[in-house]
Amino acid sequence: MKVLAAMSGGVDSAVAAARAVDAGWDVTGVHLALSPEPATLRHGSRGCCSREDAGDARRAADVLDIPFYVWDLAERFRADVVEDFVSEYASGRTPNPCLRCNEKIKFSAVLDRALALGFDAVVTGHHARLVDGRLMRSVDPAKDQSYVLAVLAPQQLARAVFPLGDSTKAQVRGEAARRGLSVATKPDSHDICFIADGDTRGFLERRLGGSAGPIVDSATGAVVGSHAGSFGFTIGQRRGLNLDRPAPGGEPRYVLSIQPAANTVVVGPGELLDVDEVAGTRAVWTGGEPARSQLDCLVQMRAHGAVTPASVQVTGRDVVARLHGSQRGIAPGQALVMYDGDTVLGSATITAAGRAA
Amino acid sequence: MPYLDHAATTPVLPEAVAAVTAALGEFGNASALHGSGRLSRRRIEESREQLAEVLGARPSEVIFTAGGTESDNLAVKGIYWARRDEDPRRRRVIASAVEHHAVMDAVEWLAAHEGAQVTWLPVDGTGRVDPAALRAELAADPEAVALVSVMWANNEVGTVQPVAELAAIAHEFGAPIHTDAVQAVGALPVDFAASGADALSLTGHKLGGMYGSGALLLRREQACVPLLHGGGQERDVRSGTLDVPGAVGLATATALAVGRRDELSARMRRLRDDLVDGIRARVPEVLVNGHPTDRLPGIAHLSFPGCEGDSLLMLLDARGVECSTGSACSAGVARPSHVLLAMGAGAERARGSLRFSLGHTSTADDVAAVLDAIEPVVDRARRAGITSAAS
Repeated sequence: MKVLAAMSGGVDSAVAAARAVDAGWDVTGVHLALSPEPATLRHGSRGCCSREDAGDARRAADVLDIPFYVWDLAERFRADVVEDFVSEYASGRTPNPCLRCNEKIKFSAVLDRALALGFDAVVTGHHARLVDGRLMRSVDPAKDQSYVLAVLAPQQLARAVFPLGDSTKAQVRGEAARRGLSVATKPDSHDICFIADGDTRGFLERRLGGSAGPIVDSATGAVVGSHAGSFGFTIGQRRGLNLDRPAPGGEPRYVLSIQPAANTVVVGPGELLDVDEVAGTRAVWTGGEPARSQLDCLVQMRAHGAVTPASVQVTGRDVVARLHGSQRGIAPGQALVMYDGDTVLGSATITAAGRAA
Repeated sequence: MPYLDHAATTPVLPEAVAAVTAALGEFGNASALHGSGRLSRRRIEESREQLAEVLGARPSEVIFTAGGTESDNLAVKGIYWARRDEDPRRRRVIASAVEHHAVMDAVEWLAAHEGAQVTWLPVDGTGRVDPAALRAELAADPEAVALVSVMWANNEVGTVQPVAELAAIAHEFGAPIHTDAVQAVGALPVDFAASGADALSLTGHKLGGMYGSGALLLRREQACVPLLHGGGQERDVRSGTLDVPGAVGLATATALAVGRRDELSARMRRLRDDLVDGIRARVPEVLVNGHPTDRLPGIAHLSFPGCEGDSLLMLLDARGVECSTGSACSAGVARPSHVLLAMGAGAERARGSLRFSLGHTSTADDVAAVLDAIEPVVDRARRAGITSAAS
């Protein structure tokens, strides 16, 4: 088998590529250049597309003795991931760019190109398992990435290989060290790779411009503060609101909704964040269309978020999940991922969340 | 292994390996006054004389450097500083739009940090500078010109510039001219005195010498402020303990390359034409970039419509055929070449390009290997399409 190993410069993708080599496959390493201007220096543990990362990926490929190239996908990434991220926030939603990158870049642009160039599959360092073609959680719950892969259709998963799903992160690091890969001790990347300084709100302000507006109390309608732009808030957010007036009872207030058209952010008590009905659209079934329109399954609505039993009604590409119990702070734009135990059934993009009548 | 990337670097000539190895067996600081020092100094001066002789320069005009990039930086920055120091009005730098990054980025740096005003001379569709355009730029304000820099032959598409004509025009207006001849020496007749250039860059590893050894030919009367200060070893223009094996290797390789130039360039031209004809027969839509005749004999720069250059490179590499997409940034990302863009090619044509470059070890088998591979490779690359553009 001829496989393309996507190598970010981190420890996971390096070990994934190494295991592909061990499997006896013909492996070619590719680093995806996603930033329009690759930065020279690493900022803390953030970012995944610096020149240094390209160099780390190259060194790992050297150690594995596999060919290595850099593919410039900066323009595709900008159009499909960064612009989507900005416009989702502008619409008052909270996008997950990693998920979008998997959907549009790694398992679309890169996979399509790889297949056209004669490769059979793309290997990545995601912590997830593929068992008989079904996407499953990693054995390491803390590092499980099945949530951000749940947007992949069966034909995409059929061409994906995740060699790390049976290992914990600690095992992967240990193996990298044994293999002499210098990235063994490299810090994990987190946050958003294209916002190098980690300041998402500053990034959005630069992109969308700040337009001051009111923060309104949900019960009284009174203006209790102001914001420099309704984007950059997330449902359930409590910190950084800078409210002028405390609630009468002194209880904490949270962002309940974001209304971009009115440029208004609504805040209120935490219990109003408790929802038990979540609607989603653009459903994708990782293991194929469900046989029935009613699914009893587990749902997860945030990366590394809580898992709740639910009854899901499927209507075409739309889903409505009735949660058994309530969940707090569900943000439109995030993915609703459905699981049967550890097996991913599919996902949908959350459009609304509320309380059943 | 079919290696068709000699314009990036070419194998060291066995004679140069022998000369360098012998020099490594000797030692002595060429600036020292004892016997060992005198021996090293003798090697340096013999190398200097040999290099001067084969390049039409005087020995005193040879400044040993650590390669083409240093030579270009020294000439561009050093002459700019010297000219501006003589007359503060001289701030204009006129350079061609197709220069190597070693010139281009040095010029950009002068603009960003030293108040230089930059004019990029346009090129035509073949990559040639129009001498009338240089004349017009110089005539506009001759007093303000610090330096002209136009490469002898382009490293990507191979187009040869009319350096002697450009030098004559520059001198009419009292402006000095530098030329980056890194690709030209050994491939074309290069005579420093006859060219009229005031400064000329060359490097060893493009003609069968070692990496990290090059020279700047600098007219004796041309003032140039040093980049590297220290012992003043090279005419006070360049400091640093002299690299005896480097100089010996450079001189040996250059003398051999120049001596064999007629035979070698005729052979390379034949192979190159066979390569281009053969590719055209198999991929009729291929476009040949660069000047049709005034072009380096070993370079074939081709555009494959609908293909991504780095797809082509990767597929050829997998078949053992080594070539280049022409330009890449230091992260290894292929970028549309500024040379092709300056020649008026669209970004897609620029990105769908490959450079095959032949050299002293090239054979008909190398050409045959490319021709064997090219059809299926182009076919596959075309199916993979242009991934870089937004969908």
